[in-house]
Amino acid sequence: MMAGVSPGFRGRRSGAADAARVPPGQYVTPDFPVLSAGPTPHQPTETWSFEIRGAVGKPMSWTWEQFMALPSERVTADIHCVSKWSKLDTSWTGVSLDTLLDGVDTSAGNVLAFCDGGYTTNLPLDDVRNGKAWVAYEYGDEPLAPEHGGPARLLVPHLYFWKSAKWVRGIELRQDDEPGFWENYGYHNYGDPWKEQRYAGD
Amino acid sequence: MERTAIRRRLTWQLARVVEGVTETARTTSIVLAAADWQGHLAGQHVDVRLTAEDGYQAQRSYSIASAPEDEHLAITVQRLDDGEVSPYLTALRPGDELELRGPIGGYFVWEERLGGPLLLVAGGAGVVPLRAMLRHHRAIASDVPVRLLYSARTRSDLIYRAELSEYETTITLTDEEPEEWNGRTGRIDSDFLAETAWAPAERPLVYVCGPTGFVEAVADALVALGHGADRVRTERFGPT
Amino acid sequence: MIALDGNAIAGDLLEVFGVDLTAATCECAVCGASGFLAEAVVYTRGPGHVARCRACGEPLMVLVTVRGITCVDLRGIAALAAGPARSAL
Repeated sequence: MMAGVSPGFRGRRSGAADAARVPPGQYVTPDFPVLSAGPTPHQPTETWSFEIRGAVGKPMSWTWEQFMALPSERVTADIHCVSKWSKLDTSWTGVSLDTLLDGVDTSAGNVLAFCDGGYTTNLPLDDVRNGKAWVAYEYGDEPLAPEHGGPARLLVPHLYFWKSAKWVRGIELRQDDEPGFWENYGYHNYGDPWKEQRYAGD
Repeated sequence: MERTAIRRRLTWQLARVVEGVTETARTTSIVLAAADWQGHLAGQHVDVRLTAEDGYQAQRSYSIASAPEDEHLAITVQRLDDGEVSPYLTALRPGDELELRGPIGGYFVWEERLGGPLLLVAGGAGVVPLRAMLRHHRAIASDVPVRLLYSARTRSDLIYRAELSEYETTITLTDEEPEEWNGRTGRIDSDFLAETAWAPAERPLVYVCGPTGFVEAVADALVALGHGADRVRTERFGPT
Repeated sequence: MIALDGNAIAGDLLEVFGVDLTAATCECAVCGASGFLAEAVVYTRGPGHVARCRACGEPLMVLVTVRGITCVDLRGIAALAAGPARSAL
């Protein structure tokens, strides 16, 4: 059924943006919308840890202090949410997954990120290596707020932002590819915004 | 002529704005004529959808402010300055059209067969569906005892004030204590409810509507005072 | 992110099922708690809508609209019955 157009309605979208930076079907927003599937966890850093487990020679884990002692990077990235908003030039500080995976012995090809609150998302291991992914704990020079995924979230800007799991507590390396929360409910298993891979079958 | 009840699937329909009524500085009631409207129950809502020329859509829910007996369907919209939809809706003019679907909801409705005594507790914009219940109550000349407790931030936030004064209404302001104000101030808490609600032994039927924090605080207080959870119905609002 | 309740997804459910489900009683598949669907804790701002059990927080129902079609996953609900479980009304 064709929708009737509401004359003059634009929503909260900005005007023209650099088309080369905006994937198909996306709109640029100056806001940073908070999207969630459940209550905001409030995990104190005292009890926080990040783990690498699963199909690995030796599981690894870091406390917050240990994590803060790792080399970190400042990252500026455009982020693209499947609900169609994009935010350009967002700035983060975090530890690269390359740093965390350094020395990890695995033949697994898949990663399942797991989080406080039970959220999960899956990615190919190749998509979190070689400068493509971080565990971010600062946004715009401030500690990452709980509503945006703090104390730390996954940051994987080349994929739709539901893959950048909030409240991340670790990654599980797997031989098989286990779909995560939204992937189970019909979202695309990979999620490349430039190919508009929003839903399974796209 | 016989009328046949036709069971229709819920679909979007166009409604035409009949008029806009300014309720307060930032609140407008939008009176609508929807050709395909099947009537509604007091407490139900409609979903409204706006579509931009490039196909972008935004959708929100609004409680129906009118009684089933009223001539036209009406919604009351509070304009949030940084809202995506409310600034557009509150600027609509007679003759403009908008898409809506409804009526929706079977839980947060009051009909006379449900009885009472009827206690309505409103936080801010939560007064809208409760006003529909009050209008319906009056239109059917119901004998069910009814009371409204209405919490607003300031005097200038009060909606339908003149109309509500025709019912047994207790208003409280939470963010201001005006000089010539004879009414109450402060939040609707246990003490407030103990004074103004019926005793639990009378088993009032309670409808609580407003922002999530308000609804949960009031519902918890009612249960703590001894009202059965099964006698309390809740509807939580979010920003628009 | 402040949650709403089952009233917020009433329209989508009415469109999918053809009946009002807010006054339906659902039993949580994880903890067994029963309540009106209207009283579930609902998160609507996300790639989909999630209705969670007010007692234990597990998802009762997830609604995802894919290519204009709303899909409802009910795997968190052990039983769904029209009408109130509790007497009174």
